[in-house]
Amino acid sequence: MKLTYTASQQAFRKEVRSWLARHVPKQPLKSFDTAEGFAEHRAWEAKLHSGRWSAVTWPESVGGRGCDLIEWLIFEEEYWRAGAPLRVNQNGVFLLAPTLMEFGTEAQKQHFLPRMASGEHIWAQGWSEPGAGSDMAAIRCAAERVDAPSGSYYLINGQKTWSTRAVWADWCFGLFRTEAGSTRHHGLSFVLVPLTLPGITIRPIRQLNGLTGFAEIFFDDVKVPAEHLLGEEGSGWNVAMATAGFERGLMLRSPARFQATAKALVELYRSRRASADRDPSIRDAVVSSWMQAEAYTLSTYNTASRLVQGGSIGPEASTNKIFWSELDLLMHETAMRILGQDGELMDEPPAAGEHGWLDGFLFAQAGPIYAGSNEIQRNIIAERMLGLPRA
Amino acid sequence: MDFDFSADAIALRDSIHRFLMVEAAPEMLREIWETASGRSAALRAKLADQGLTALSVPESHGGMGLGDLEWVLVQYELGYYAIPDSLSDTAYLAAHLLQHLPNGAAAKQDWLPRIASGQVRVAVGHPVNRLVADAELADLLLLWHADEIHALRRDQVQLAARTSIDASRRLFEVRWTASDATRICSAQAGAALWQAVHDRATVALAAQLLGLAQRMLDLGIDYAAQRKQFGKPIGSFQAVKHQLADVAVKIEFARPVLHRAAYALAEQQPLASIHASQAKLACGEAALLAARKSLQVHGAMGYTWEADLQMFMKRAWALDASWGDRSFHKARLAEHVLADGVRLGPGETFAIPEPAARATRAVRSATA
Repeated sequence: MKLTYTASQQAFRKEVRSWLARHVPKQPLKSFDTAEGFAEHRAWEAKLHSGRWSAVTWPESVGGRGCDLIEWLIFEEEYWRAGAPLRVNQNGVFLLAPTLMEFGTEAQKQHFLPRMASGEHIWAQGWSEPGAGSDMAAIRCAAERVDAPSGSYYLINGQKTWSTRAVWADWCFGLFRTEAGSTRHHGLSFVLVPLTLPGITIRPIRQLNGLTGFAEIFFDDVKVPAEHLLGEEGSGWNVAMATAGFERGLMLRSPARFQATAKALVELYRSRRASADRDPSIRDAVVSSWMQAEAYTLSTYNTASRLVQGGSIGPEASTNKIFWSELDLLMHETAMRILGQDGELMDEPPAAGEHGWLDGFLFAQAGPIYAGSNEIQRNIIAERMLGLPRA
Repeated sequence: MDFDFSADAIALRDSIHRFLMVEAAPEMLREIWETASGRSAALRAKLADQGLTALSVPESHGGMGLGDLEWVLVQYELGYYAIPDSLSDTAYLAAHLLQHLPNGAAAKQDWLPRIASGQVRVAVGHPVNRLVADAELADLLLLWHADEIHALRRDQVQLAARTSIDASRRLFEVRWTASDATRICSAQAGAALWQAVHDRATVALAAQLLGLAQRMLDLGIDYAAQRKQFGKPIGSFQAVKHQLADVAVKIEFARPVLHRAAYALAEQQPLASIHASQAKLACGEAALLAARKSLQVHGAMGYTWEADLQMFMKRAWALDASWGDRSFHKARLAEHVLADGVRLGPGETFAIPEPAARATRAVRSATA
């Protein structure tokens, strides 16, 4: 056991810190769930890419730095420490990219990864449908393969929903039923869809905060070139499960995000201690928040160091999602208790460098639901990690 | 960054696990509970045969010279099997105190080889605990007096037995008189030694609590898989599954906190006490949740003397308050986290504070 950074890791941290200090916008960007904010965030992705910081774990040949997971954690720590903007292309860089690298053809990797890294392609997710939420194998949206003289394509008809970033994104990845009459997880394929194609209608869905962070996507005889199939036709479930694995696992929510919130919570408490201490349970919740953010960090380093040495992620990864989503709720609920009547005000946006508690509080409500609801995660833990019988 | 234990430490842990699986079945614990002393000389001899009494005694005194990282794995097993013995107090805490005595050559020579060979039991009396565990069978008692360390033989103290809900714990009020003759270490040197022992006891109990949590989870899983209602194992119902899944989450996120605390002890890091408190809180929470949820899954059986769960629950409840209860450790963490100028947040998890900054904080908190 050795819980120290190497000299090269320390040098890497310095390099990240120095670049971010020079380039992180002084004023916070507008929300990427507005047209203007989306454009600002896309420009930030391009800026990150210009310094080769947009996808540090990718190979150098496709725009990355070939960083291992420990370096990725260091990068994330510096990124959150610097108060840099949220990543509008998280769906692409952290969720789709690892799947592309595992299942994509060489041509697909060469085409998509550099454009993803530069922010030219911003990606949306296309998993859920009106009848397929937690029960993702109930997907019905059809993609029928047509072999025409001008080239093969998939003819897509149906609907996706809760599609994150879809309002302004360029592409969408998701699961479609390519075998007519198939059921459950058979006959599904993983397809990459340009959102500019004729026949696509995107209807924004307004969220709790009034903005349109996700959308419904309607497909009406949409022709997607067959080369945009990812992995084998009919094996989409396995490809998607790999994506879900990354999502549940390490890269969706780096611990630095929660450490930054925990630190902001400690500062908020200290600045309003006289009123906060009227309820002694608030101090306890602040200390617990810090402890849990530390525990999540230690656990992630533990897993990362195991993976770097050739280990693999098992079903225990499902514990991550429950842990960070409940921690995020605890921290933001505690902040709202400290803020009291100030908490509800939307017309006092946080100054530069301040945590947006109300925005964060609203977003924390979604944590236990997206990326596989916490109930689904508990089923996975009980059945695959603890070996309890299926219903 | 490397969270892995050495191959030797893992091999030691595995062999102790297999050994205790055979030698420390719940039926045997029940038999020991019924004895007057609550201790088994045969079990102690077997633990010594496994080398456990020699673990951290220096090689120069007949031991193996291992340390905190090996102990944390062993302590987890002692918790998993709810071992009713003073092994940890003798071979970990007392061995640490004795071998670090500044001028204790005679005491070291007297006691360390006999600790290593398993011949003696040593009790440790620290003011954070109201009572002294295992005083009755102790050949030697190491007792705190205004930060001094005093060494007394069993016949130099008077004992009054107290009864714990955990029949594996044998607790005593100890009456004794401090004198120049009993003092083996001054207050000046003793303060740091007592702190080091307290930190080690904290991490030891954290590890035992985590082992207990895992054992109670395992008992709950076994019961839920076997017990049928409505024609199915109750473990197939989500309402039952989710309770046990919550325990698994708590255990999963307590383990790295525990291992880091042991590492901080081994490396003598300035924040070792903070990490120890954090580990005890995290592991204690896991154990208390495991007790509650496993009992619920066991239904009425969980409330009986007959079901084995009770032995592990009672140990968890008792250990959670020992060597500093929840509020003690929470207050210590709060003082650290809420202090002026403390380094928190992304990138600071493995940072080691400057000794000077720490000293300033200590002075401030002492004068506050």
